Amino acid sequence: MSDDPIVHGDDAPPSSWKKGDAPDAMGIGDTKGDSIVGRTVTINRPVGEVFAYFRDFTNLPTFMENVVSIEVLDEARSHWVVKAPAGRTVEWDARITDEAQDRFIAWTSEPGADVANSGRVDFQDAGARGTVVTATILYDPPGGIVGKIVAKMFQREPAIQARRDLRRFKQLMETGEIATSAYTARQLEEETN
Amino acid sequence: MRALAWHGRHDVRVDTVDDPEILNPRDCIIKVTSTAICGSDLHLYDGYIPTMKAGDILGHEFMGEVVETGPKSTLQKGQRVVVPFTIACGSCYHCGKHQYSACDNGNPADNQDIGMELYGQPMSGLFGYSHLTGGYAGGQAEYVRVPFSDVGPIVIPDGVDDDTVLFLSDILPTGWMAAENADIEPGDTVAVWGCGPVGLFAVQSAFLMGAARVIAIDHFPKRLELAKKFGAETINYEESAVYEALMTMTGGIGPDAVIDSVGLEAHGFFVDNVIDQIKKSTFLGTDRIHSIRQAIVACRKGGRVSMPAVYGGIVDKFPLGAFMEKGLTLKTGQTHVQHYMPALLNAIMEGKIDTTFLISHRMDLEDAPKGYKMFHDDQNEVTKIVLKPGFN
Ligand SMILES: NC(=O)c1ccc[n+]([C@@H]2O[C@H](COP(=O)([O-])OP(=O)(O)OC[C@H]3O[C@@H](n4cnc5c(N)ncnc54)[C@H](O)[C@@H]3O)[C@@H](O)[C@H]2O)c1
Ligand SMILES: [Zn+2]
Ligand SMILES: [Zn+2]
Repeated sequence: MSDDPIVHGDDAPPSSWKKGDAPDAMGIGDTKGDSIVGRTVTINRPVGEVFAYFRDFTNLPTFMENVVSIEVLDEARSHWVVKAPAGRTVEWDARITDEAQDRFIAWTSEPGADVANSGRVDFQDAGARGTVVTATILYDPPGGIVGKIVAKMFQREPAIQARRDLRRFKQLMETGEIATSAYTARQLEEETN
Repeated sequence: MRALAWHGRHDVRVDTVDDPEILNPRDCIIKVTSTAICGSDLHLYDGYIPTMKAGDILGHEFMGEVVETGPKSTLQKGQRVVVPFTIACGSCYHCGKHQYSACDNGNPADNQDIGMELYGQPMSGLFGYSHLTGGYAGGQAEYVRVPFSDVGPIVIPDGVDDDTVLFLSDILPTGWMAAENADIEPGDTVAVWGCGPVGLFAVQSAFLMGAARVIAIDHFPKRLELAKKFGAETINYEESAVYEALMTMTGGIGPDAVIDSVGLEAHGFFVDNVIDQIKKSTFLGTDRIHSIRQAIVACRKGGRVSMPAVYGGIVDKFPLGAFMEKGLTLKTGQTHVQHYMPALLNAIMEGKIDTTFLISHRMDLEDAPKGYKMFHDDQNEVTKIVLKPGFN
């Protein structure tokens, strides 16, 4: 991390910066990795409700398509199992490094993670428009054979995945369900696996 | 169940497929009693729309009887409903503003990427209209799964015929919104390009909104005749020069408002080309826009342009100068069907709007492939085909 404060001459958010200087400016506790994904969505529900749903990590697999399970270990730590290509999964323990009720949650993966990652999700009260949710994720594509497979997924997919997951989160919060165009249970099953 | 499925260019078949099931709490299942073939379906038939998959069930204009309800549906079994072609959640910001076709949540998350790339923000889902608009199975079938059934379908009172209310699903609200978007003032002269179902409903709506004169433009004599029946003056563009005719008919002023209800139908619209163009970033002209160009040039200074016609991509030769210099206003968009349904149902019940005049053919769902071919081959004789499962 550089010690010089990062100064841009405009108000554009770090996730849109063209130079590689965004991670340092993100205010993410322990920065892990160098690939950055930033996505924003506005959810037409009060910030308290949106934050509370997200803060209960056991809810996340409902709308995060690649997350198989999240086990909450204690107030700060949780164990994540995430789908990888070729029927594999990758796992890590995540630790909350900082949080403020109804404002943000920041985390980092613990040593030994299959894919080192860190990030933060910001919640901003948007008055009549609801809540602006911004997810910023940094991840470190790993080496090795598994690493190659995982990297393939993570290098190409995280931006798209984060965007789709946020849309599903929005759908769930606003409509109580996640939209699908399947018309049989079997089709739906195929789509979500 | 039996359903009309797309298999390729000029290849639609009635197949036996799985029955739909309730998948989300707000869903319902309806048993279709009437469903229409739309001009827009012909684009699918002609193979112009990308992201179609063999086996996709078509149809976005349909109605029927509720046979199953999810726990959060507000409908009851046995109710008869007309279903809007736009799939909207009713609870997002846009639905709150009654901009239903801009619903954030009607299109499944994964399907929104392409809309985002093409248009900046994804639009709502639509029934039976390619994977670009969600990949939802359509209504030219015996049964349909209807998402958000607590906000979409409108309940039809007993004793009201299917044929009088079916067009609430799309073309009647579309024609009405087209006229509304023309901001008609009493005494106005309104010119309407295209006398398909949308144009013909725009003609009726324009008169109801106070237009003194409506001038309808097309080249099919039968369609022009229908417009005349509703009091419109007509111009056959194959026989007369449209701009000259309009200028003379309006005393050299031009129509106060112009409505383009032609769109890509007449001129061939190729979304795949559009996507190619965007990919190549050449931004060369793609949609051919003869009618809208003519409408803008003919419109009087300070007048209004309404464009219900569908365009999908990027155009060139758009008369931006005429548009700017004359200070015109343009309003357009996919129809916010849910917003218009209740008032239009009332207007039908009160006999203010005639809907059944449009139907030229009724046939069994099993004959749908024949219907597509007929509609495709002869738009003069065929104005609207309504399919009814079990009609024979
Ligand atoms: N905005 C919406 O939500 C919405 C909904 C439904 C349909 N649409 C669109 O509205 C348009 C009309 O739909 P429709 O079902 O009535 O289609 P249609 O194909 O039945 O009618 C189009 C008519 O335009 C005529 N025409 C062709 N070229 C012309 C020209 N240069 N000048 C004047 N007339 C011309 C054709 O002869 C035809 O009768 C289509 O673009 C359709 O996709 C939009
Ligand atoms: Zn239609
Ligand atoms: Zn909505």
